[in-house]
Amino acid sequence: MMNLSEPAVSVRDLRVSRGGVEVLHGLTFEVPRGQVTGLLGPSGCGKTTLIRSIVGVQVVAGGEVSVLGEPAGSPALRRLIGYSTQSPAVYRDLSVRENLRYFASVLGAPRDDADRVLEEVGLAEAAGQLGGTLSGGQLTRASLAVALLGRPELIILDEPTVGLDPVLRQELWLLFHGLAARGVTLLVSSHVMDEAARCDRLLVLRQGAILADGTPASLREHTGTTDLEEAFLRLIEETTAA
Amino acid sequence: MNPSITLATARRILTQLRHDHRTVALMTLVPTLVMILLYYVMDDERSFAQWAPVLLCVFPFLVMFLVTSIATLRERTSGTLERLMAMPLGKLDLLVGYGLAFGLMACAQVALALTVSLTWLGLDLPGSLWPLVLVAVLNALLGTSLGLLCSAFARTEFQAVQLMPVVMIPQILLGGILVPRAQMAALLEWISDVLPMSYAIEAMKDAAMGDDLGGEFWRDILVVAGCVLLALVLGAATLRRRTP
Repeated sequence: MMNLSEPAVSVRDLRVSRGGVEVLHGLTFEVPRGQVTGLLGPSGCGKTTLIRSIVGVQVVAGGEVSVLGEPAGSPALRRLIGYSTQSPAVYRDLSVRENLRYFASVLGAPRDDADRVLEEVGLAEAAGQLGGTLSGGQLTRASLAVALLGRPELIILDEPTVGLDPVLRQELWLLFHGLAARGVTLLVSSHVMDEAARCDRLLVLRQGAILADGTPASLREHTGTTDLEEAFLRLIEETTAA
Repeated sequence: MNPSITLATARRILTQLRHDHRTVALMTLVPTLVMILLYYVMDDERSFAQWAPVLLCVFPFLVMFLVTSIATLRERTSGTLERLMAMPLGKLDLLVGYGLAFGLMACAQVALALTVSLTWLGLDLPGSLWPLVLVAVLNALLGTSLGLLCSAFARTEFQAVQLMPVVMIPQILLGGILVPRAQMAALLEWISDVLPMSYAIEAMKDAAMGDDLGGEFWRDILVVAGCVLLALVLGAATLRRRTP
């Protein structure tokens, strides 16, 4: 399954409708292996829907999504994808460690994996605390920790750094790049442009269509600006003018 | 299904309960307290002996239905269900996990209510005890599995709570507790024939009478057990890995 030449995710003409309205209008792109790909775009542009389609929990209207060489949602993928939703999905009436131990046993991961991921997201000191008593940022990290359990080949994180202070964000981005260096593919969504510079590759989404797909450098070059926020605005101008 | 995931799920649900002392206290003590109340309201040994088994069967059913439907709804709304559906967890792992955890709670509930009834309240059962315990626990499992199934049709906690009277009260009214089933209008008797609770109540009556437990008792037990399994399988069918 580990074939480095093949993209981790390959999406062709993906269409998704929600509530009778088409929200993704025929997306086609690839996510390369062993890199951190940023999925950027304003809120409501379809990032979460796209992520859910790749994870295989979204009903899609058309197109093909292939993940690690298998159709999205295949049973074989359930052990290979680490997924963290935008709102923290952990049990509020379990401690952080109990949450992680439960998800680890569902994944068939070793029991001490819980302590490893707690360390990685910097939550070791809150391990015994109930989910419901955590701060917003701690809860986000607890939910992120679940996505790191086991040995996922693809980690998909929906807005993992919302509400975190700059120091923690810095640490998490170091962790993401450390994972990528080990060959893990990461797809990380964000609506803040200053995180774009930290990605190896960017996928910019707007109103359910892809606005840009390339490295941060190529995006800067294309738009003739050094600031990614500015680059994003110029891209929008370009498409509305055309 | 994978037994180690099923057991891990049951253990997780029991751990959640362990952190919630008030719910555990309510679940285990309320049936016993209602039993004591019934004893003093009846104020007559014979009526109490007649009504105590009814309560013993209906109560775990009601409580487990409510607790399960709220618990699964919370699983849906908190996003943990979506997370689990993206993991190698079978749908039946989740449902049977709930069944095991709440079934265990039901055993504690029934054990306490029976112990208090048989000792302090002087309940006298003509036959042996185990058939009544069997019916009560099976009823709790029926409540759990129906709760799992019905929670699929509730989007909010308000709806889930309202489903309880919708599903439960007709079953209790038509089950032959208040009016014998044979005396009902034909149409009502037909409806009663397809409701699982009717069989549970018949089995409970046999168990409380202490007569020789013949084929009819076992047929009723099998029907109720079959309904538990059917509700679990239907519940699994309503769980979707992909949602709109």
